[in-house]
Amino acid sequence: MSKMHVKLKVNGDEVEGLAEPRTLLIHFLRENLKVTGPHVGCETSHCGACTVDMDGKSVKSCTVFVAQAQGADVTTVEGLVNPDGSLSVLQEMFREHHGLQCGFCTPGMITRAHRLLQENPTPTEEDVRFGMAGNLCRCTGYQNIVKAILAAAEINNAQKEAAE
Amino acid sequence: MIPAGFEYHRPTDMASAIGLLQAHGDEARVVAGGHSLIPMMKLRMASLSHLVDLQGIAELRGIELGADVIRIGAMTTQNELITHEGLAQAVPILREAALQIADPQVRYVGTIGGNVANGDPGNDMPGLMQCLDASYEVVGPDGTRTIAAREFYDSAYFTARSDEEILTRITLPCPAAGTGYAYEKQKRKIGDYATAAAAVLFGPGGASIAMTNLADTPVWSAEAGAALAAGDTEGAVSAALAAIDPQEDMRGPIEFKKHVAGVVLRRAIDRALSRAAG
Repeated sequence: MSKMHVKLKVNGDEVEGLAEPRTLLIHFLRENLKVTGPHVGCETSHCGACTVDMDGKSVKSCTVFVAQAQGADVTTVEGLVNPDGSLSVLQEMFREHHGLQCGFCTPGMITRAHRLLQENPTPTEEDVRFGMAGNLCRCTGYQNIVKAILAAAEINNAQKEAAE
Repeated sequence: MIPAGFEYHRPTDMASAIGLLQAHGDEARVVAGGHSLIPMMKLRMASLSHLVDLQGIAELRGIELGADVIRIGAMTTQNELITHEGLAQAVPILREAALQIADPQVRYVGTIGGNVANGDPGNDMPGLMQCLDASYEVVGPDGTRTIAAREFYDSAYFTARSDEEILTRITLPCPAAGTGYAYEKQKRKIGDYATAAAAVLFGPGGASIAMTNLADTPVWSAEAGAALAAGDTEGAVSAALAAIDPQEDMRGPIEFKKHVAGVVLRRAIDRALSRAAG
């Protein structure tokens, strides 16, 4: 099968490359673009380690062909840092609350939690658990992940209020 | 976990999409969200040479709320069903069911059209569509036809849609005001298909009961609905359970599935009755 010319936006930059249509988005990101934040976990749409933000949706990039992502706007955990390169509030809270143990699931967790907080800036604990249900942590660190996300929501909201 | 190679197409109108299906016959498949098809392609259980992506066809999107009927474009995602306020007001059972499908990431991408058209007995929407008496619009080389959801499913993965047709739209009659509803699903874990699931409507317009993943098609039972409408809950449960035909698999043996079917159906009936006005 011949390769196609793929063009999409990744973390704000226009990127392009040649890839077979069957190439999965996760492999295009990691192997062609060397964007290795999103991880290959189960590769069967279950674990969420490969989660990226695509056109404002949390998507498992192991279940999207790069051809389908043609023209899309993709953000990975690398793209969530502050403009000066420092950790975002959400990333900082994962560190603060020990929201990771081995860290393998963390890029997917943070990318998914980012979208969750965009859609629901004031989630309850139940909202967080329901909204994070597509991401697995095999260190079973859910408690601290939920804490980190709730703490990030609180800080974001306090900052927003202070700015108003 | 790399699928076999294929050529990718992204048509922007229905005529081109159908043209591709005609040109490539059974070598071609359409893809909506792809969260059923792509895993099957990775396992090499689905093989195709031409993938026809429907995402560029604007007319397959959108939710139209009419006074009596609701029309939902096939490419509407589960997440769009969940977040559409007007739809949740008019047919709250749709949101209740969609929230129990897979996980958040899958719901952003998975579509109602793919869910109903694939013919997978594990999918939740086909049984719900039968419960609601929805109909599907399919477009093919010979034009458009409408097929009742209750007539659509022949056996697992075999439906009334032919290979050269594309399911474009779903039409639902609005349930009468005051209709009680419930979608109850037992699953082993988030993201799993149902061990057993039941959709129940009860109200001034009558009652309707359908069950999911308990046969090789969804099971809608006219007798069960009639019994419930007449106030006979036990009659409704036994009619519905008589219509199912579960098979043993990793979700359990047949007797267990029949037991779970009874449990979810009773819960769904109780909740629907408690939500019905008057």
